[in-house]
Amino acid sequence: MTVVMPVFQPSDDPGTDFPMLLHRAGYGPVALPAGTTMDTPHATTCVAVRFVDGVVMAGDRRATSGNLISHRTMEKVVQADRHSGVAIAGAAGPAVDMIRLFQVQLEYYEKVQGSALSLEGKANQLASMVRANVPAAMQGMGVVPIFAGFDVRRSIGRLWAYDMLGGRYEEREHVATGSGSLHASTVIKVGYRAQLTRDDAVELVTRSLWEAADADSATGGPDMVRGIYPVVATIDSDGWSLVGDDELGDRYRSLIEQIGGSTS
Amino acid sequence: MSMPYYVAPEQAMTDRADFARKGIAKGRALVALRYTDGIVLVAENTSQSLRKVSEIYDRVAFAGVGKYNEFDQLRVAGIRSAELTGYQYSRDDVDARGLANDYAQLLGNAFTHGMKPMEVEILVAEVGVEGSHEDQIFHIMYDGTVIDRPDTCALGGESEAISNRLSSGFADGFALVDAIRLGVSSLAGDGRSISADSLEIAILERNGERRCFHRLESSEVETALQG
Repeated sequence: MTVVMPVFQPSDDPGTDFPMLLHRAGYGPVALPAGTTMDTPHATTCVAVRFVDGVVMAGDRRATSGNLISHRTMEKVVQADRHSGVAIAGAAGPAVDMIRLFQVQLEYYEKVQGSALSLEGKANQLASMVRANVPAAMQGMGVVPIFAGFDVRRSIGRLWAYDMLGGRYEEREHVATGSGSLHASTVIKVGYRAQLTRDDAVELVTRSLWEAADADSATGGPDMVRGIYPVVATIDSDGWSLVGDDELGDRYRSLIEQIGGSTS
Repeated sequence: MSMPYYVAPEQAMTDRADFARKGIAKGRALVALRYTDGIVLVAENTSQSLRKVSEIYDRVAFAGVGKYNEFDQLRVAGIRSAELTGYQYSRDDVDARGLANDYAQLLGNAFTHGMKPMEVEILVAEVGVEGSHEDQIFHIMYDGTVIDRPDTCALGGESEAISNRLSSGFADGFALVDAIRLGVSSLAGDGRSISADSLEIAILERNGERRCFHRLESSEVETALQG
């Protein structure tokens, strides 16, 4: 399809809603025939934790189809805009597409409207995208994201969990999603302190993903052979910042030494 | 039954062009020019909220003069077209040339077939990835004429005089402050100065980031003008 410059009458203008614009341009979601379920790649464990200056988000890199590993380097934690990020678990295809649409929508809103959405506005926007995916969720293609960011109006880190129907729950300390979330959130619960520093928070999330990978076959651990580590990012008043593989490599090496020391 | 009066096509076009030009000449002008690291857009604008210069996409900016509601409609149409292209294909597939052509179609169509021509002149600028030889500035007139401006561009009332001042003062390898000063003095003309809070300045900067568009704060404008 070629793109012609879209001009609308004031009465049917899609405004700041990019998914609506896509729909008008003839790009609707693909509807699966009723009753179909498909064994497509699924993405798993992601967590987010609040620390004193903001939030830290982390996710493993594995996608699975049934009992097979379909991707080793998937990025489930991505930057949404300057001060927020989104992490996903669930059907990988729809999830990646939802993230892309979400990123475009935030920037599109900002440009058309001349000012960015509030952090809460962004969280609600994501909820409506999850809700739009409910028919697919009923066929085993659900997407369960986490949204986290630094609220520049209130100068605090904030985080949100979702359910498959678009329910939106703001949490105060930490959230986790995906098949390994039970193990990951137990680690975080045990290790969580008020006023965590950035370093302690990064340590806590890397540890939580380690334990999730240890107990859940769909969650990938650090791959020291190939140098593939979870995606870990911090968001504070300066915005989004990825934690480098060097730092993650060091943290996992010392973790392995600790475990080796205690078991042998 | 009365017959409509015959109007020669030449006369009809001249009337429409005069109408559009009159509307455009009412507003204040704006200029765009290249500097070493990108393109700067300088508009005379007393409003702090109704923008003449804005971001379209990663490397593309838009500016308009004339009737606000009309060029704002074009601005939003440009953002939509760019975002749709970028979403369906790739962010790399959005360029100023394509947008300028689409704008030309819209404006040309309104000029010949519409109830009235649009009373606007617009500009689409794109900052190149590799260097200033890839920078592009397109000037699109109320009738859909597209002009490719290599270095500088002036839009709006008295644009001819402003354009002369601009091109006689322009030199390759300008730093940002030089470009801002030339832009502002060209807009102001002899014996007039424009204060920083009546200026809207934005840049498309080649800085390695995805989004190249930045607005200059009024304090930054003041510093650039004083220096």
